[in-house]
Amino acid sequence: MRKLLRRKKLGTEGVLLGIIVALCVVLTLSTDSFLSVQNLFDLLNNQSVNIIFAVGLVVVLIAGGIDISFAVAASVVQYVAMTLLMEYLGGGGWVVGILLSAVVGTVLGLFNALLIHRFHIVSIIVTIGTFNLFFGLLMYFTGGVSIYDIPDWLYYSIPLLDLPAERGSATLYFPAAVMAVMVLFTWFILARTGFGRAIYGYGSSPEAARRSGVSVWKIHAFAYGWLGLCAGVAGLMQAHIVQEVVPNALIGQELPILAAVVLGGATLGGGRGTVLGAVLGVLLLAVVQNGLNLLGVTPYAFRMIVGLIILTAITTSNLGNLLPHSFRAKTV
Amino acid sequence: MSDIAIRARHVSKVFGQSRVLDSVEFELLRGEVMCLAGENGCGKSTLIKIINGVYKPEPGVQFTLGDESLTSISPLEARNRGIHVIWQDLALFPHLTVAENIVFDDYVAKPWKPIAYREALRQSFEIIQQFGFNLDPAARVEELTVAHRQLVAICRVLRAGANIIFMDEPTASLTYKEVQSLLAITRTLADQGISIVLVSHRLAEVLEVCQRVTVLRNGQLVGTYPTEGMTQARLSTLMTGLELEHTPRVNARKGAPVLELDGLSRDGEFEDISFTLNRGEILGLTGLLGAGRTEIAHTLFGMTRPTSGVMRKDGRPLKLRSNRDAVRHKIAYLSEDRFHLGLVQNQSINMNSAVTVLPFLEKPRGFLSPGRIKALTARWVEQLKIKVSDAELAVSSLSGGNQQRVALAKWLATEPDVLILDCPTIGVDVGAKAGIFDIIRGLADQGMAIILISDEAGEIWMNTDRALVLREGRIATEVTPADTTEEALEAVINA
Repeated sequence: MRKLLRRKKLGTEGVLLGIIVALCVVLTLSTDSFLSVQNLFDLLNNQSVNIIFAVGLVVVLIAGGIDISFAVAASVVQYVAMTLLMEYLGGGGWVVGILLSAVVGTVLGLFNALLIHRFHIVSIIVTIGTFNLFFGLLMYFTGGVSIYDIPDWLYYSIPLLDLPAERGSATLYFPAAVMAVMVLFTWFILARTGFGRAIYGYGSSPEAARRSGVSVWKIHAFAYGWLGLCAGVAGLMQAHIVQEVVPNALIGQELPILAAVVLGGATLGGGRGTVLGAVLGVLLLAVVQNGLNLLGVTPYAFRMIVGLIILTAITTSNLGNLLPHSFRAKTV
Repeated sequence: MSDIAIRARHVSKVFGQSRVLDSVEFELLRGEVMCLAGENGCGKSTLIKIINGVYKPEPGVQFTLGDESLTSISPLEARNRGIHVIWQDLALFPHLTVAENIVFDDYVAKPWKPIAYREALRQSFEIIQQFGFNLDPAARVEELTVAHRQLVAICRVLRAGANIIFMDEPTASLTYKEVQSLLAITRTLADQGISIVLVSHRLAEVLEVCQRVTVLRNGQLVGTYPTEGMTQARLSTLMTGLELEHTPRVNARKGAPVLELDGLSRDGEFEDISFTLNRGEILGLTGLLGAGRTEIAHTLFGMTRPTSGVMRKDGRPLKLRSNRDAVRHKIAYLSEDRFHLGLVQNQSINMNSAVTVLPFLEKPRGFLSPGRIKALTARWVEQLKIKVSDAELAVSSLSGGNQQRVALAKWLATEPDVLILDCPTIGVDVGAKAGIFDIIRGLADQGMAIILISDEAGEIWMNTDRALVLREGRIATEVTPADTTEEALEAVINA
């Protein structure tokens, strides 16, 4: 029991990191292609979009809410941004593109925040509503047609780092840098500003926060607005990576990302969760998927294994409650 | 500098039609520990909220703070002048650390200032040390006991520069030892010139620590009295305006044995518990919080299994696999946690009183008949004198005392032979307490066997025929209230 308790001090992040390292060691020993710069860069390139989503979502979860509309919101941002850029802004550039996506995403997030705050509706209900609304509007106005005509600056990938590898070279691309910026920014706000701590406080006890003079609207607006902003940026990056905009490219991503963030220590009850945890949660699922691919396991098994990992993680973190009374440590 | 920390004169407050406070006067000295006493609804909270700036009083009020005269106080002014309230729920952040809870006001005041957690730790540690508390600033509040959480709340207001602290029911969920250390802390704070106002239902401890007591009744000031020479009985009379009985229960008659326990034990909870409960008897089960009182009740109600020993009911061995089994054997248990476990707060009074007997009400056709539920509730509302305007209203709309009566009705509906009452007067006023005990004594007189669990010596002394004092899971001694004094019983419980 003592050991169990001490392990708890390690925190979710420590345990996750341990599991990821252990998995990497196993995969390095059992496959010859896992431990390579190429594979590491691929992992970061592929996961940058998911990680940007995840750090946005963790803010909402810490504030005690939930949002399932962010992935379709990102699709909406892609369409709105592409249309505006191509038809009114003459193509634009990276700065205009990122700003525009961030603004449109924030507006969509604020729409959620407004409904949740103004009408006192539970966030899951509101975002189920906006999930359908956003996606419905998108399909209605686009007729389900993809956009292939995207600006040149968005079309060509931007290498950040090129290292020689076994086969040709391994390249880290621009979205990874954007991801790093979003991660650092979110981490700074949550961990290093009073406002960030107030978000934890509000998620932990809304009533106590209210009585301390925390503005509930600011918390809601920031949490959902920030997730909207992240979703907008993630949407732009996704369009950049796949070089096209497909209306149903992102729908369905919300639950795996939610799963990753929960795996990273956030709870639906609020007050818990960290940026590091969210990032590690995404990476763990990515490494598992990557490993299964390299080991030649059928992709159909992936979702099943993700489900098992989440259930295992959640039940083992509550292991103490399963022990009979007499084995439990007395809480003094 | 005068000795008066705050004086408020002609404090009145009207809500709609009702006058909640009527020209009340309140005076608190520097470095004084005072008790604000009165039944629920007497205007205590309203008075605190007015002094704290939350409510605006009616015109004509006069505040004196130190040497200054004011005609109104805003919440901000109250804070700036060091007036703070620690409400019963403490308003802490369970997932944050002690240090972060203590410095949380900084986060709100300067939201975008970059913070250093180490600085928060250092500052909190300073305060914790200054007052000699035993607190780990790096611990998460959710890991702490209620007593330690209270210290966190105190540290928080001290850091904000509190010199007048109102504490709302600070001892409600503390063990005896914790209460003693909290009371010692209030004395320490008072020695440093901080004035403290305690609001508490536990009269004994109030009399012990406070210098003066201010009593309110129905929105009016009864008076402010020195605690020296004040007795619990006199204080109850001042609070309720009623001359309440304060004598031990005289056992009317004892019937046949109903429940017999022989060497009942449960590992880690209680050991070798043996007693016989007779019809018409009220048996007290007392001892400090954690002595095993509630654990025994849970086993008698089939919620936990004993590891050894025998239970017999009406002479036959009793084996309970669940609490449904216990209900079938006509044993009822009124939980100590009325709010969460005893009642479904947002359900109607009707449904709450019928919930234990739904299977019986469904007979013979297997459907619930609203008429029969209503009839059942009406019967108990009348018998227990529950003040209900409409039995379709949610239980949460009732006062504490009336909620407890509904909880009681729900178990009486099962027509039990044995009724176990676990701290039935938590959060219930002095006057309402007396009403509940009248009912309980009446039930015993009709032949019901009752086990009363309580840690208030007065309750046990006045309402039981005999009392078992538990200590660390064992029966330490048996006391017959009629043969002893309340003070002697209290000493035995706290020994």
